[in-house]
Parts: sequence; structure tokens; C-alpha cells
Amino acid sequence: MTSLPATAPAKKLGLVIDLDVCVGCHACVISCKEWNTGGYGAALSDQDPYGAEVSGTFLNRVHSFEVIPEGGEIVGEAGEARIVHFPKSCLHCDDAPCVTVCPTGASYKRTEDGIVLVDEDMCIGCGLCAWACPYGAREMDLAAGVMKKCTLCVDRIYNETIQEIDRVPSCVRTCPANARHYGDLADPQSEVSLMVAARGGIDLMPEQGTRPVNKYLPPRPRQVLGAGSEQALLAENTDGATGFFAWLDGVLERI
Amino acid sequence: MHPALSIIVFTTLSGLGYGLATALGTGLLDPAATATKAAHLLALALIAAGLMSSTLHLGNPQRAWRAFSQWRSSWLSREGVMAVLTFLPLAASAFLAIFESRYEPALGLAGAALSLVTVYCTAMIYASLKSVQTWHTPLTPLCYLLFALAGGFSLSTFFAAMGGGNLLLSSGLAAFFVCLAWIAKLVWRNRMNTLRPISTPETATGLGFIGKVRLFERPHINDNYLTNEMGFRVARKHAVKLAALSFGLGGIVPVALLLGLLALGAAHPAVAVGVALLAVLSHITGMLVERWLFFAEARHAVMNYYGG
Ligand code: SF4
Ligand code: SF4
Repeated sequence: MTSLPATAPAKKLGLVIDLDVCVGCHACVISCKEWNTGGYGAALSDQDPYGAEVSGTFLNRVHSFEVIPEGGEIVGEAGEARIVHFPKSCLHCDDAPCVTVCPTGASYKRTEDGIVLVDEDMCIGCGLCAWACPYGAREMDLAAGVMKKCTLCVDRIYNETIQEIDRVPSCVRTCPANARHYGDLADPQSEVSLMVAARGGIDLMPEQGTRPVNKYLPPRPRQVLGAGSEQALLAENTDGATGFFAWLDGVLERI
Repeated sequence: MHPALSIIVFTTLSGLGYGLATALGTGLLDPAATATKAAHLLALALIAAGLMSSTLHLGNPQRAWRAFSQWRSSWLSREGVMAVLTFLPLAASAFLAIFESRYEPALGLAGAALSLVTVYCTAMIYASLKSVQTWHTPLTPLCYLLFALAGGFSLSTFFAAMGGGNLLLSSGLAAFFVCLAWIAKLVWRNRMNTLRPISTPETATGLGFIGKVRLFERPHINDNYLTNEMGFRVARKHAVKLAALSFGLGGIVPVALLLGLLALGAAHPAVAVGVALLAVLSHITGMLVERWLFFAEARHAVMNYYGG
């Protein structure tokens, strides 16, 4: 049934991703692929896996962006440009356009926890839902001909056969920097909701009207890298040196 | 967006087929004429060929029947349901014309109306996608509807010239719809060319508060499903040339030929057939280019994450 749930789901399970912390190591990309290729539904196939034109299905990808403040300069480490690593997977939108466009009923949003899933036995592989998602969170598996997307590791989070500590999405469990957090965003007292409130968590592309559940924590203001980089420059230039360094500079000049 | 051949062929052929069915549904052609009977068959064949081609790009076509189930929310499902519903009056009208040389106005008009509703559903599949801003306008279904009528009445002019009925009325209507369709399309193009994107790399990443956002590294060095499907770009200079080509072949040439038919009158039936056929072929060629551009020039919001 591809109409969205009539009443808001009681729980809104989702991810909070900390852009201040992600180091862009792509560990979550690999652990996601590893878990999900053997988990829910068809395997995540690769095309031409050992060739030059290798490509494959991924449910989570990490992009890297360079952000340049107005009038800012790009001067290697010393400039004002910032690199932000940006992991992206399905945001389990409240108003998921991918769900309502699906002609078969394969795409649906769960009433109990808000997870957006594809029933692969019903999917005809028309690809329309991937067009409808503004975030690029859905990829057709070219071998199976069905649509794949992040399941929020629905086969882990409720799985009583694995240890409790592992009952979180694979990416969250794996992240060595602890940039990914999982929880109920409908509960204002949950750890993730408190984090979002404290750090001013944001929605991606709010103008698309999708009301994503997943939130992103913006990078904190940059610590004055400028101060450090001036010192680096000083090492080449002793003009402003005072005290002991001025004396040392003088001695070394004379030798 | 990637201009997939199967979808271009589908929208062009089914548009022509439903347009011709609409023209036939108005009773424009004489049901007793052999040409009219052939026109009925051609309309059904074009619609069927279009629908077949649309299933070619499915990953699991054997389950295509499931696509009839979600008409409450999905325009693609609505299109499928309407295509089946429309087939009933069209087939019945074709049966009456072919075997009984009769035109039944109620049946014909119902078929015409349903044909247009089906074309509207097809267009709404694209127009309903907020993620593709170029398409997300009521002008999109307007263009699809007018182009269906333009192609349909051009075809009916050819069959009228073949002895199916009133050549002057048909070619006049065809010229009228071709002109209207291109006016709508030029307004659509103008909107596209002056659009301010609602989504940008800044809104896509939420990093706009720091400054200007530029892609530094893609997630993977090679292309993926998303960049293949949605990252298609056509060089601006080529797009301008192709747009002019589609306007010339799909608009100017057919209108000139159709007006020529009006001037020619019923004097030279053989010449009229040739001129009408040329108008139709030119229009179809122009439409294929127009549909190719419809996809090739559309930018998807996801490209904000891929530097495109
Ligand atoms: S991120 Fe995309 S795939 Fe996920 S729910 Fe939102 S629209 Fe659908
Ligand atoms: S690809 Fe599958 S899940 Fe997506 S819209 Fe088509 S049938 Fe639905």
C-alpha cells in the first residue's frame, strides 16, 4: 500500500549524522554493503567487479564537499576553505515521495516505526521511486532488477539472536569516529533528539517538502586555524621575533 | 535525466495513438471509408506498441500487472488503469467502424475523453516529481495533451486525404493544434531556461551557512546507477540546435504543409496524400527530438550531491 500512514508513526527511527566528526573513512559504506548483501532481500550486486568499469549497488555513500566562506581563499591548509565529509543514505522521510509514486505497492512506510522499505517480491523495477527521491537514496540493483535502499538494518535492530550492543544499524555500529547515531526521533527525550536540539540538527533540502527523519549535525565553527598557520609562516620569516628568539635569530645570523 | 529510448518511443507513439483516437472519436472521419477503418487500426497499434515499449525498461516485467493496484496515490498506476479502461471504448468504436461502418457518438466521445485523460496521466508521472523542477509544472501536461492532439489530427488529415473524410476541416484543426502545442512548449522552454533552482548544493548539504559548497570528491570514482540515470547532461550548444530542429520539423514544416493543404483544397487528391504524409512524418521526427530533449535537459535534484 503506497499511501503514506494516515497517522504519524508512533516512533520515528532514524539516524543522526555528525558532520563535525565524520572523517570520511568510508567504513560505514563497506559495513553497510557487507551486512546488506547477505541480509534483507536480494544481494547488492556489482557490475564488472574486477574490471575498469566497476560499479555496484550501495545503500550508503560518502561524498566530500569543499565549503568556501564568502571572500575566503583556498590556500592549502591555511586557507579558509573547509572539507566536509558527508555520508548519505535514506532519510526515511515523513512525506516520502518515493512511496506515493510507486505503482505496485512495493514501496511503503511502516506505521509502527516509520521505516521506509521495499517489498522486493512486488517491485517491478520501474525506477520511478529513485526519480522521486531528491537525495539519491535509492539504487536499482541491476542484477536483480529490483529497487534497493537503506532498511535502517531492520534485520538487526529487532534481532534478538544477536547481542544487544549490535542491535543498531551496521553503519552506526561500525563508525570508528562515532559520527553516526541511531534512535527514536519522535521521542524528544531520546539521546538523538537531545543531540539534535543541542547542536541545531538540520534537514537536507527542506524545500523539497519530504520532511526527512534523519538529521545532520552541522560542523562546529572552525577553531582559529589562522593563528597556527601564521606561526607556520613565521618559521620562514623572523621579522617579528622578540626576546630569546630575537637573540637566537641574531646569533644565527652572525654565524 | 537519461533519455531512455524505450520511454521516448513510448511517450511519442502512445501520444500519437491517443491523439488519433481522439480525432476519430469526434466523428471527423467517415466510418464507411476504408481509410477510416485503417486509421482505427493504426491508433490501436500505436497505443499498443507504445505500451509494450514502456515495459521494456522494467527490471521485472513479469510482475507488471501489479502496477494497476496503487491508483490512489501513483500517477504511473493511474496511467496503467486508464490505458486499460480507454482500450474498451476505443476497441468498440474500431469494431463498429470496421465491421458495421458505423460511428456511435456516445462511444466515440467517451473514447476521446478517456484517451486525453490517459495522456494526462502519463504527463503527470513527470509533472508530479518535485525532484525534477523542469518538469514540475502544469505546463508539462498541457504540452503533452496539445502535442497528442497535434499529432493525432495531423494523422487524421492523412487519412482524410486518403478518402476518409473532410480534408479541409481536418488539416485546419491539425494546423491549429500544432500551433497551440508549440506556443505551450515555447512557454515551457522559457520557464525552464529562466528557472532558479529551488535546491542547490548549499541546501542539499545544509552547509550554506558556512559558504559556497563545491563537490570535492564523489563517493566512488566510477559512475553509478544514480549518475547514469540522472546525471545525463547535454551540451548547451547542442541543446539549442536540437531545440531549433524539433521546432522546425515538429512545428514549422508541418504547419506550412497543412496550410498548403488548405490552399490546395480538394483539387489534387494524390498530391494531398503526399503532402499530408510529409507533414505527419516531419511532425513525428520533430516530436522524437522534442521528447529526447525533455529528458536530456531535465536536471535532477540529486545532482547537487554529484557536482552536476
Ligand atoms: S530519502 Fe529518498 S528513499 Fe528515503 S524516504 Fe526520503 S525520498 Fe524516500
Ligand atoms: S522500482 Fe519498485 S519500488 Fe520503485 S516505484 Fe517501481 S515498483 Fe515501486
